[in-house]
Amino acid sequence: MGADQYHEPPDELPAETRTFARLSASLTEEAEAIGWYEQRLAVESDREALAIMRDAQGEEFKHFCMDLEFLLRRTPLWREIARGILFQEGDIVEHGEEAEEQAVEGAAARGAPLSGSASLGIGSLRGAVQ
Amino acid sequence: MSHLLREHAPITEESWGRIDEEARERLTPALAARRLVDFSGPLGWQHSATNLGRVATVKAPFTGISAEQRRVLPLVEARANFAVTRAELADSDRGAEDIDFADLDRAAHDLAVAENAAVFHGWKAAGIVGIAEAAPHKPIALGNDCERYPRHVAMAIEQLLAAGIDGPYGLALGPKAHELVLESSEHGGVLLLDHLRKILAGPLVWAPGVEGAVVVSLRGGDFLFESGEDISVGYLAHDADAVQLYLEESFSFRVATPEAAFALTP
Repeated sequence: MGADQYHEPPDELPAETRTFARLSASLTEEAEAIGWYEQRLAVESDREALAIMRDAQGEEFKHFCMDLEFLLRRTPLWREIARGILFQEGDIVEHGEEAEEQAVEGAAARGAPLSGSASLGIGSLRGAVQ
Repeated sequence: MSHLLREHAPITEESWGRIDEEARERLTPALAARRLVDFSGPLGWQHSATNLGRVATVKAPFTGISAEQRRVLPLVEARANFAVTRAELADSDRGAEDIDFADLDRAAHDLAVAENAAVFHGWKAAGIVGIAEAAPHKPIALGNDCERYPRHVAMAIEQLLAAGIDGPYGLALGPKAHELVLESSEHGGVLLLDHLRKILAGPLVWAPGVEGAVVVSLRGGDFLFESGEDISVGYLAHDADAVQLYLEESFSFRVATPEAAFALTP
C-alpha cells in the first residue's frame, strides 16, 4: 500500500489527514478480508478449517469496527449520519436519506463545517514532521 | 447547538475558516507533548473524567454494607481568550491576506505552553502529575555547553535501558536548549541535531513550556493524554469594535510508567 493511499502529495497533507487516510485504507482492507472469508467459508467442507476461518473472520469484524469507530470519532457529521442508519430496524435506504438530510441541514444551520469536527482536528502529532 | 456558540458570532463562514486555519498553523508546531505521548480521543465535550481503574474505601452508614468508590481523574478545561477586531474581519471578507491575528497567535502560544507544561511538569491544581516530576531517576543538569548534550542524553538513555525501558526515545527540548542545539555543530562539522537524533533513534522536539529537557521512551503505553474536546475556537461576546473568542480544550494526563522518562534540568 505505502503512499498509494494518498490522492494528494503526502507532504502537503496535515498529519491528521494522513492518519485519517491510513485508517480509511485499513477499513477497506478489513472489509475486503471479511468478504474473502465469507467466500472461503461458503466453499469449505472441513469442519476444523471452517472453525479457524470463522475465528479469523471474527478478528476482521473487530478490526473493521475499531477502524470505523476511530473515523467516526474524527468526523462528527459522518458519526451523526451513521447514528441514524446503524442498528436501526426498518428500511435502510429510508433511514439513510433521513439521517443525511437531518445531519447536513443541522450542520448547515449551525454554520458548522460539513466535514471535520468543530474542533481544529489537531489530535495526535506522533510522527508529524516539525 | 454546540457549546462553542460559533453561530452567534458576527463572523462569516470564510473568516471562520481563516481563524481556524491560523489557530491550527500556530498551535501545531508548538504542541510538543502530542509528538511524544500517547493521545486518545477526542471523546467529546461531555466526557468528564478518566477511568483510573482504582477505588477508595468509603464509610457506609448502613448495617452490613461495605463500600468502595471509584477514583477518576477529572478532565481540566483549559481556555485562552483572544480578540479579533471587526475591521480586520471585514477586510478578511474583502480578501485581504495580511489579517492581524496577533492576539490569536498569542493565545495559541499560551495554550500550547500550558499543555506542554502540564504534561512535562504537572498541574497540581488539576491533579496532573508531569512526566519530569514523576521520573524517579536522579536528573542531570543540562547546562549551557551544548557540546555535552549528546553525552547527557546518552547517559539518560543508559539509565532508561538499565531500568528495562526500551526505545525508541524522544527528546523534548525547552526553547533555550533547542536554540543552542540548532545553532551548534560539533567537531568535524556534524550537526548536533543529527547526532542527538541518532542517539535517540527518535525525534527531537521544540517544546515551549518545558524547562531544560526530558527524554521519554516512545514504546507506547507509558504516558497517556486523554482528550475530551480537542482544541476548538469558540465565541464569547462582541461589540461594535471587536469579537471576543477563545481557544479551548479539555484533557487529562497521567503517567503510567514513571521510569520511562529522564529529566534533564536547565
